[in-house]
Amino acid sequence: MNGLSLLQILNGLTFAALLFIVASGFTLIFGLLRIVNLAHGALYLAGGYVGYSAATTTGSFLIGTMAAMGAVALIGLVIERGLLRFVGDNEMRQVLLTLGVTFLLNDMLLVLYGGDTFTVPVPELLRGALNWSGFFYPKYRLFVLGLGIAVFILLWLLLNRTRLGALIRAGVDDAETIAALGVNIRRIFLFTFLLGAALAGLGGVIGGAFLTLYPSADAEILVFSLAVVIIGGRGSLLGAAVGAIAVGMLNTIGQVMFPELAYFVIFGPMALLLAFRPLGLFGRSV
Amino acid sequence: MTASLSSDSAAAAGDLSTSRVGKAATVSVLLGALVLAALPMVLPNYQVSVLTEVLIFAVLAMSIDMLAGYAGRTSLCHGAIFGTATYMTIWLAQDGSSIAVAMIAGVLMATMLAAVFGMLAIRTSGVYFLLLTLALGMVVWGICLRWTSVTGGENGLRGPGRPEFLNDHVSFYYVVFVCVALITLAMWRIVRSPFGLTMRGIRDSESRMQALGYNVPLHMFAAFTISGFFAGMAGALYAVFNNFVSPSAVALVLSVEGLLMTIVGGVGTLFGGFIGAAAIIALENVVSLYTERWQSVLGAVFIIIMIFAPDGVLGRLKDGFGKWTSRSSR
Repeated sequence: MNGLSLLQILNGLTFAALLFIVASGFTLIFGLLRIVNLAHGALYLAGGYVGYSAATTTGSFLIGTMAAMGAVALIGLVIERGLLRFVGDNEMRQVLLTLGVTFLLNDMLLVLYGGDTFTVPVPELLRGALNWSGFFYPKYRLFVLGLGIAVFILLWLLLNRTRLGALIRAGVDDAETIAALGVNIRRIFLFTFLLGAALAGLGGVIGGAFLTLYPSADAEILVFSLAVVIIGGRGSLLGAAVGAIAVGMLNTIGQVMFPELAYFVIFGPMALLLAFRPLGLFGRSV
Repeated sequence: MTASLSSDSAAAAGDLSTSRVGKAATVSVLLGALVLAALPMVLPNYQVSVLTEVLIFAVLAMSIDMLAGYAGRTSLCHGAIFGTATYMTIWLAQDGSSIAVAMIAGVLMATMLAAVFGMLAIRTSGVYFLLLTLALGMVVWGICLRWTSVTGGENGLRGPGRPEFLNDHVSFYYVVFVCVALITLAMWRIVRSPFGLTMRGIRDSESRMQALGYNVPLHMFAAFTISGFFAGMAGALYAVFNNFVSPSAVALVLSVEGLLMTIVGGVGTLFGGFIGAAAIIALENVVSLYTERWQSVLGAVFIIIMIFAPDGVLGRLKDGFGKWTSRSSR
């Protein structure tokens, strides 16, 4: 088997960028609220569908993206304020509750959008391929790569350079002390949850344009996100980035070498990692 | 490996349950068995086959309960282990293997898968365990969906049909009944054994059991593999029952349904699996009369139970019963 071509490496990286956008929201919620939001995949799919509807009716990709992020943040609000507050601090109950939400949401989306495959329309500017002295690569995929990097930088700035970010980081370390200092930690929890959900929605639109949207897409993206967070560690932005690149590249290698068993290739490294670092590369024990 | 899998000291401490509750439990178990044995005589054919399904899924629910209730680990990959046995059984049977050989191979395959999963999963606990088992189960689902040349992809695989003497619903029911009774007895013996008590010790305090010299990872590994073995048995029975397998047999929905049955029946009650399975399958059958939205109903039931009765229906009853007996004995 000869080495990977530049094309495949780029494909892996652009997929990693999408994974990062989705998984960063997942890991933020997991890190701060200690909630494993298993509805994250369903939120991704909901965002994709909403984005598709909005983008096709208005003809604007940007409006589609905004609508998706807004709608999914709204669903996030319902989940956080409407359901999760009733189960208290019991982690297991929270996780299983979001699992219930997943089934409900996924089935509702099936009712609304049916089993067909949708592709979010890409704006004119991003269509076609970039010609790089004889090497062609789709513009849109490069855009995804750039967006992934932009989201990483913005999130990093938010977490490390703003007061809100300082509060979030402090909340990750010790929520009780922060609350005792007079900070309304519930509000920060809610903001983080909405931000994480909106990132899933953003991922849905972005991914929906090159991976297409179909009823089981939510489960697939959820597994990838889980793998990213398991590899990267809970609540770590850098971990999510490293995990996304690892999973994205492995998935591409898998698809090139063992097309039918590509899924299996992300499993090996995950297993190895767990054997040595059960909390992930950048995870810390609570 | 200093600590062996069995320990006698734990056995003595085991019979915590008072004779009163013990007697009541024995009576209700016998009554339940009697009802299950008698029901096919009065029920029409379709209901008998639903009842067969209940028995098979009760085994799945109990296998999940072995981990959730006795080892304190909630698994979301038992559906995948179950379905692996189903796939293996049907795959071999359609190639002309005898049904018994195919079933044994299916159970072996499921046990092997559980052993591999167990080796990975025992390193984690709590939510991480849940996440990891979820991801592992999804990997199985992904492979079954994509590996079309072996699994038939979305179209699934069709088996050769039941052997002649099992074609009749009622006789098949009784065969399953006997199998499930034996499996249940075996599971009950295991959770009541010194091994089962050690598991409960680990559930309550891992560090204490470690300090007492128990090999915690080895016990967890054994518990996971044994639990997977039983899930595989349920899967092999399901293969004969359904004669068809598709990726939905290894999908997350199945793991979740199994877990829901366990929770409804009461985590840590073992026999509650029968009640849970009966409740969920009955609900599924009733719901599907009116709507195709079973997944929505399943999700809603899950949310409601998580908010109002996370200890399960039987757990609630047991609590009430416990309070009642303690009051009357005072």
